[in-house]
Amino acid sequence: MLLKIDGLVAGWSRPVVGPVSLRLGAGDVVGLWGANGSGKSTLIAAIAGHACCFAGHIERRPGLRVAMQPQAPVRLSPLPVTGRELLRAARAEIDGLPPTLALASRKRLDRLSGGQHQLLSVWAALAGPADLVLLDEPTNNLDPQHTGLLADMLCARRGDRAVLLVSHERPFLDAHCTRVLELAG
Amino acid sequence: MELTTLVDPLFRLPLATGVVLAVVLPLLGAVLMLRDEWLASLGYAQISAAGALLALVAALPALIGGVLAAGVSALAKGASGAAGNASYGFMMLGGWAALLLIGANTSAGDQVAQALIQGQLYFAGPEDLAAALLLALAGAMLLPWLMNKLLRTRLLPHHDAANGRPVRRWHTTFDLLAAAGVAVATASMGVMAALALVLAPAWLAFRVAPSWRWTLLLSSVLGVLGFLIAFWVALLLDQPFGPVLVAVLLAAVSLSGASSGVAPSRHPWRNAASGRSQPPPTIEDPGAPDA
Repeated sequence: MLLKIDGLVAGWSRPVVGPVSLRLGAGDVVGLWGANGSGKSTLIAAIAGHACCFAGHIERRPGLRVAMQPQAPVRLSPLPVTGRELLRAARAEIDGLPPTLALASRKRLDRLSGGQHQLLSVWAALAGPADLVLLDEPTNNLDPQHTGLLADMLCARRGDRAVLLVSHERPFLDAHCTRVLELAG
Repeated sequence: MELTTLVDPLFRLPLATGVVLAVVLPLLGAVLMLRDEWLASLGYAQISAAGALLALVAALPALIGGVLAAGVSALAKGASGAAGNASYGFMMLGGWAALLLIGANTSAGDQVAQALIQGQLYFAGPEDLAAALLLALAGAMLLPWLMNKLLRTRLLPHHDAANGRPVRRWHTTFDLLAAAGVAVATASMGVMAALALVLAPAWLAFRVAPSWRWTLLLSSVLGVLGFLIAFWVALLLDQPFGPVLVAVLLAAVSLSGASSGVAPSRHPWRNAASGRSQPPPTIEDPGAPDA
């Protein structure tokens, strides 16, 4: 078991989500689905240690390595850092990049489209050393072709790690997750 | 005056000190610009100038006073968790006020304060060169270790925070290096030249370099070229070094602006990144009524 959550109530200045109980093991790709304001992003932030836990507890496997990709990647301009340099900084593999992303990764990040940047950031999380990957709305800014690439990335190396991902796109979650949790608003 | 003046024994120490600082300061400037904290150069420079003046008043070496004042400021910033230019703005105001007050209330303090602002590179001595070499050594040891961490915390800030890594310690380590760099530069070449070497080469490199590695390389190369030209021109025309360096670097910034086509293009679809003209994409709405 990589992550065990029992009766978690999480939020910022006040509780936003919970109580939630959840188990994540290697190979799991769990989707979080719910209406706006149901606390999906807050739950992920609490697991990453950013949001406050008001009740319950989160138990991580000792030595668990976590990668988190927030809803919007950090975009700066000007930014003379290439996609490859971003991936190296994230200690993510570069060799297995899909061809379209491999081409884009040689450019400066401030010269990439929103979708290319989003997908590179997701790759940085998925192809890195993390055992648990938290993805908040990874389908943002992606056209159908890039959404397909994201689906391929989620399937690759599935046995090595667990993925918890938030998305508003229920068909995407149903197609690519091992199970989907619905958060009540 | 001939180019051989540059290697005149009288100017060897200032020249060597300046070249070492011109390699290191632009590297620090590039990281500060990545963190959107380029005002750090002015904040640390003003604080270290005030510290240097205070040390002189207390009959201590100016260099030590400057480095200590800037180092304490960097530690205070790290301890408070402050980030962004606002903290350096307050640092600059505090240092500036202290510099003027100490200058106004001590004998010859006003002249020394003026010298620290303008810079007196030609009087740099062995202690300035030793400090610059120590700084370069510290930079050579720390920057390769810090660089990927600093890039990651800036571009993928949640990765390290989610794993409880000592992000603040990394930033404080770099802050100390930057503070020491600016303090050493302020003591040997003045506030104006220190700020110019931190800001201008990195600013230019950020706009033209194809990658981070090239940004670092280009920053240092521009810093050294700008320094050598300014050193020679200032000697040739018998002008203060700091303003001449600023003039040289501003000329380079202006040239880069002109060559990258700052003027608006006649073609609204001109590709800003490649500079090549491309026709606009054709969009046809099959449901639109005929004109």
